[in-house]
Amino acid sequence: MNAADSAFRVCPTTGLKVHKDADALIKANAVVATVALLVGGIAAILVLLTRWQAVHLLSDVMFYRWLTIHGMNMLIFFILFFEMAVLYFASAVLLNCRVAGPKFAWAAFVLMVAGAGLVEWTTFTGRADVLFTSYVPLRAHPAFYLGVILFAVGAIIVTTIFFSTLVIAKRERTYTGSVPLVTFGAITAAIIAAITLLHGAAIYIPTFLWSVGVMNVDPQIYRLVWWGLGHSSQQINVAAMVSIWYLLGALTAGAVVLNEKISRTAFVLYILFISMASAHHLLVDPGFGPSWKIVNTSYFMYMAVLASMLHGFTVPAGIEMGMRLRGFTEGIFGWLRRAPWGDPGFSALCLSVVVFGFVGGITGVTFGTEQINIIAHNTLRIPGHFHATVVSGTAMAFMGITYYVIPLIFRKKVAFYGMARWQPYVFAIGMLIFSLSMTFVGTFGVPRRHYDISFAGAPFGVEFSPATDLMMGLMAIGGLIAALGGGMYILITVWSVFFGAPLGADCTDKALRGSVPPGVYARPFMELPKTEVELKEHGRLGVAPGTMVLVFVFLVAFVVYYFANWKLLSDTWQIG
Amino acid sequence: MWWKPVHRSERIWFTIAFIWCMILFAMMPLWHLRGGQNPSGTRARVEPSAYVARVQQFVRDYGTGATDGGIPVVAPPAGADIYLLGAQFQWTPVLQLEQGAEYTLHLSSLDVNHGFNLFPFNVNFQVVPGYDYGLRVIPTEAGSYSILCNEFCGIGHHLMVGRVIVNPVGTASAPEASPAAAGGGQ
Repeated sequence: MNAADSAFRVCPTTGLKVHKDADALIKANAVVATVALLVGGIAAILVLLTRWQAVHLLSDVMFYRWLTIHGMNMLIFFILFFEMAVLYFASAVLLNCRVAGPKFAWAAFVLMVAGAGLVEWTTFTGRADVLFTSYVPLRAHPAFYLGVILFAVGAIIVTTIFFSTLVIAKRERTYTGSVPLVTFGAITAAIIAAITLLHGAAIYIPTFLWSVGVMNVDPQIYRLVWWGLGHSSQQINVAAMVSIWYLLGALTAGAVVLNEKISRTAFVLYILFISMASAHHLLVDPGFGPSWKIVNTSYFMYMAVLASMLHGFTVPAGIEMGMRLRGFTEGIFGWLRRAPWGDPGFSALCLSVVVFGFVGGITGVTFGTEQINIIAHNTLRIPGHFHATVVSGTAMAFMGITYYVIPLIFRKKVAFYGMARWQPYVFAIGMLIFSLSMTFVGTFGVPRRHYDISFAGAPFGVEFSPATDLMMGLMAIGGLIAALGGGMYILITVWSVFFGAPLGADCTDKALRGSVPPGVYARPFMELPKTEVELKEHGRLGVAPGTMVLVFVFLVAFVVYYFANWKLLSDTWQIG
Repeated sequence: MWWKPVHRSERIWFTIAFIWCMILFAMMPLWHLRGGQNPSGTRARVEPSAYVARVQQFVRDYGTGATDGGIPVVAPPAGADIYLLGAQFQWTPVLQLEQGAEYTLHLSSLDVNHGFNLFPFNVNFQVVPGYDYGLRVIPTEAGSYSILCNEFCGIGHHLMVGRVIVNPVGTASAPEASPAAAGGGQ
């Protein structure tokens, strides 16, 4: 008993037993994720200052090279290393369990770092100027593809360890009843990750063989299978992000889960329908017919959209009900006014939900419509959309949870806590300006992944409307504000982890106030003064009237944007 | 423990969200029936070399003999099949079309993926080597249009610009006049 227990430490704040390997693995993955974020962030600034025509910093070769570096570091390395940490947290930590096969876990970590290293080496030395998607037959050095394969194999081992850990937890009865919703969400993420990584193997192994001259890869098949990786991996992000939404809601505002059945069903919808949804990248491709496109984007994708719309309701409704149960019952929005807006975990959660839903979600579904894709494909509307989802949504949620991970896992105070309280606002406002102007400027047809829209040296002159320059300038300013927010995040986390003051044994309100988010010591999730039965229903609006109003505002915005795009489409040439 | 009855507010939102998703679905088949812009077209595999030969034949058949920006100008009759080739880093040929006439626009690539973007209308299609995408088009407005490449195709990607000129109804395509009149931007 004692020998087994020495592998754990008991978290004095939450009472959870933390396996030391889980602890170390979470730390290692989080540190590498932050390094990737730093590299990707520097790349972001360089790319941004080049697309801002008034500055136009880099040369063409360096622009495409840094764009490749930006994509790989942000969308693959930062996100996936962070998600590996989330998987260890949601299995071993939340279920009070040991990590299955810690040696394999470390081997997987080494593989992933080695794979990432190969990719960094090939891209930085100009051996892989193929951008993030590396569409065949654009050709990179074989080591680039090999690096991606090693990285994916490492990640697939981690998902296997995650599932094994769940089995151990079940067998050793480290938890009772069903797994917590957050773990359930992480299971969703891990299942999608397994599907995704198999797609990755199915395309990168043949592509690696093609790059060494052994076999042929059809460019259209490449696009089909690659997006099985490229889009599904975004769905890992969504599942991980939504899990973190539930977690942060509970930690910061004492959110409850309205109905586990609904929330869990919504996660299952992600698993069932998301791989098919990758088809919306191929809506204006020559390889597939209209019925294939419609079936894959409508029947399948919209069931995943439904899932997101459900989570978009249940997360804020859970916060509202939690707040109401704690006595903040005045009016429709009293709970929202009294919410802990100064807690960076809470503000990050809210900003993540709002920007993800209103900007990322609405634009994504609209652009993913078969015909509307004609006026969106490969324009700046697309990166405008996915920066609102992956950056303002996923990365923002990851940043929010970090402010809790620092005290709860790293056992450190949050350095520059005053700055940390502002960080989510700076980052989210910057990203909002950035992605809105990017989406807007894309409606003029400004292409994505393009070095010079002044077309100097091209055979024909092209002049965009002056509004374009203005919007591109705004985009750059928004991007720089967001980069500042990202820099604040990196400074706070690195400083806290490496030079920060340890938390100490005294976990009282008085000892911790002003140095960690209030949810760490006030623990709203521990006390529920009222029971659900006592909660007054607000007529037709039910138990969460404020959320009901908010989601209707969302629906109106959605309907207006969606049909405005049909109107825009009907004004172009007839085509078909 | 988690099989509890669903709150009414959740039930309402679920129903509304589901209906909205069904509307999203219905719009796509509906637009195929009623709308003027669909990415269906005809789709076939084609060897890049065979496609290049088709483009050359097309230039021989309907070429005006003039060049614009160093690229041959072609003025196909209404109803013709038009062949446009994307290659690092050029769209060939320059097209002269008539407003309101129907054409079948074929898109393919010699080498890597390219992106067809009709500027300033913002009409976009993926151009994939080995595949012939044949789209029925009716230029509804006269004017001078550019074709931008919006899929990264190599370091010269941003220099890849083509041109389409749509003459107003009734003006016969005048081969020698148009290129200059359209105001080349060399």
